[in-house]
Amino acid sequence: MPYEAFKDNEYIEKLVQELRDSGTNVLVGSLDKLINWGRSNSIWPLTFATSCCGIEFVSLGAARFDMARFGWEVARASPRQADFIMVAGTIVNRMAPVLRRLYDQLAEPKYVIACGSCAISGGPFRKSYHVARGIEDIVPVDVYVPGCPPRPEAMIYGIMQLSRKIKVEKFFGGVNRQESQEEFLRQHPIDKE
Amino acid sequence: MANIKDIVTTRFPQASIEDGEIMMIDIPSEKVHEFAQFLRDEKELAFDYLVTIVGMDWGESLGCIYYLTSIENNTHIAFKTSVQDREQPAIPSISDLWAIAGIYEREVYDFYGIIFLNNPDMRRLFLSIDWKGYPLRKDYDMSTELNPVSVENERQSDDTYEYELKDGKIVKIEHPVFKADDFVVNIGPQHPATHGVLRFRTAVDGETIKKIDVYMGYIHRGVEKLCETLQYPQTLHFMDRLDYFSAHNYHHGLCLCIEKAAGIQVPARAEYIRVIMDELSRIASHCLFIGTFCMDLGATTMLFYTLRVREQILDIMEKTCGARMTFNYDCIGGVMADLDPDFVKDVKDLLATIPSNIKEYNKLFTGNVITKNRMIGVGHLTRHDAISWGVTGPSGRASGWACDVRKTDPYSIYPEIDFEQVVMTEGDSYARFKCRVAEIEQSAHIIEQIIDKIPEGDYCAKVPKVLKLPVGRWFQVVEGCRGVFGIYIESDGSTKPYRLKIAPPCLPLAAVVDHITEGQKIADLITIGGSLDYIVPDIDR
Repeated sequence: MPYEAFKDNEYIEKLVQELRDSGTNVLVGSLDKLINWGRSNSIWPLTFATSCCGIEFVSLGAARFDMARFGWEVARASPRQADFIMVAGTIVNRMAPVLRRLYDQLAEPKYVIACGSCAISGGPFRKSYHVARGIEDIVPVDVYVPGCPPRPEAMIYGIMQLSRKIKVEKFFGGVNRQESQEEFLRQHPIDKE
Repeated sequence: MANIKDIVTTRFPQASIEDGEIMMIDIPSEKVHEFAQFLRDEKELAFDYLVTIVGMDWGESLGCIYYLTSIENNTHIAFKTSVQDREQPAIPSISDLWAIAGIYEREVYDFYGIIFLNNPDMRRLFLSIDWKGYPLRKDYDMSTELNPVSVENERQSDDTYEYELKDGKIVKIEHPVFKADDFVVNIGPQHPATHGVLRFRTAVDGETIKKIDVYMGYIHRGVEKLCETLQYPQTLHFMDRLDYFSAHNYHHGLCLCIEKAAGIQVPARAEYIRVIMDELSRIASHCLFIGTFCMDLGATTMLFYTLRVREQILDIMEKTCGARMTFNYDCIGGVMADLDPDFVKDVKDLLATIPSNIKEYNKLFTGNVITKNRMIGVGHLTRHDAISWGVTGPSGRASGWACDVRKTDPYSIYPEIDFEQVVMTEGDSYARFKCRVAEIEQSAHIIEQIIDKIPEGDYCAKVPKVLKLPVGRWFQVVEGCRGVFGIYIESDGSTKPYRLKIAPPCLPLAAVVDHITEGQKIADLITIGGSLDYIVPDIDR
């Protein structure tokens, strides 16, 4: 993949522009940069797989694609220790509350990658009676990785975009706070009826 | 066959018999239990293996089709029954005859609302307790407003229900799942050792397991209902996404069933390609099994060794099929595309590395003292129980049941190939593990024999773009990587299946966990679950 194509991401450019516009203290800004450098190079996934995409995620951990190169290999079984959920596979009605609870249990700052067409829109099962049509109704999504299942390379690309996003975030007074959870809950009320 | 007919008609004169590839007997619903017991216990018939129960909605009536096999005589039989009542349809349960029937009946109840009288556990299987309607009925309302996706925790019952017939009325009785003083540990649905989203509610006494309530449906995607809305060629791609390790095998099964119904002759080249692909997926699947199973037991590094072979196989498949996992390669009448020019060479390279790899696995893992202590004698399953629970594939063969469909009902070019069916007698986790390692060798042996003999010619027969099947019903079984995979198609003469039932091998594998783990230590649950090697999307469909 050419470097320009990798860099071509309007969303992140927008984030950079916001950072530039708002400005920040030299000291806090430098600390932000240091912390973000650390954070973006050790994002730990939650071991979460419902179907086929999960197997490609296993391949990603093996020697050939070796996600340890990027600092993602510490797949945690507990959401308390993880930084992001890779929603690899279809989310069905029965699984939706479980996913939401796992998301709620993640420590801030937390991220979600919707991996594969099922997680994005329901994929080939969209018309089914027991499938969530995309996970963005359940949890907020940071990166979408299309494919059925996405190739491990695509997953690497997706997580790299996430780490780029982390790099340009404002840590102090930005993502390092509790309000975002409450705000999210306000936007996504649990009781829809 | 004529003999079976005589025996049946002398005992049950009211049964109407329909000849076909598999004999179909129509039996009144109140006679079901008696008839099933007769088929199982009559010495000359001995239909001791319940393949599947197919729930049906024929419009004016609801019903079931039971597929049975006699292991001793290698004969097949089916019987069907129907009830007119759509409000509260009831059929006697056969869960006391076959252990697995209880789960199959729960599935039918979940999809069609047919109550099985005297089944001790008549809860819904995949859908939640508050689900409105029975989704596989033809008049089911598919709208999401009726059953919306909710982020609220699901309500669940601690009771199971049993329905009994008392004075002509159906009475509902509640039984608690666990005893009042049971200590229940919840494992899953999000747990690294359950291989997907399966949930065990485990009652323990200290470290010893008393009972496990297997909770499924966390990845139930309604494939069977979706298939009814799609044309035959369109239904194929779902087979990739059930058991994603046996994608080729499952495709093969559905293609065989449709080809049988439509009378399509598959070119010899396609048959060879299909068998080679099936066996390659078997090797890849068992390799991943070894890796993940060892990882469950704490030997993390094995995964890297086994995935090396798997990646090599995926490369070969990618060159020909264009994908790493969801290949969608077998199509009705043959295969989608011709082989890659390098295919034969690549496969030979692979075959050359397999013996040394297996030697390495054995050296690193199989002989290890800790490994042996954790596996030998753990999770013992007898042959009788394997049959009663319908545990097929390597897990069934490790218990001494020779259930390989490639040998018992050979399809495609398997009759011409020389290979051994790996059967072991120990029935413990170690046997299940060794059985799979030995099957890798057998699969390699199969490929070795035919890789140089792939005939020239067409790779796909000429099949009409719009495929219509004649009115009728067909059942086809193939050997998936984890056991017997069955496909049932009922056609009303249109381009879409009236009913497409998938009989997955993994549902019995998950159901049997409760039986195997009883009295074992809770740490061994991981070993047992890993050695059974179920794939959760295949259980739930």
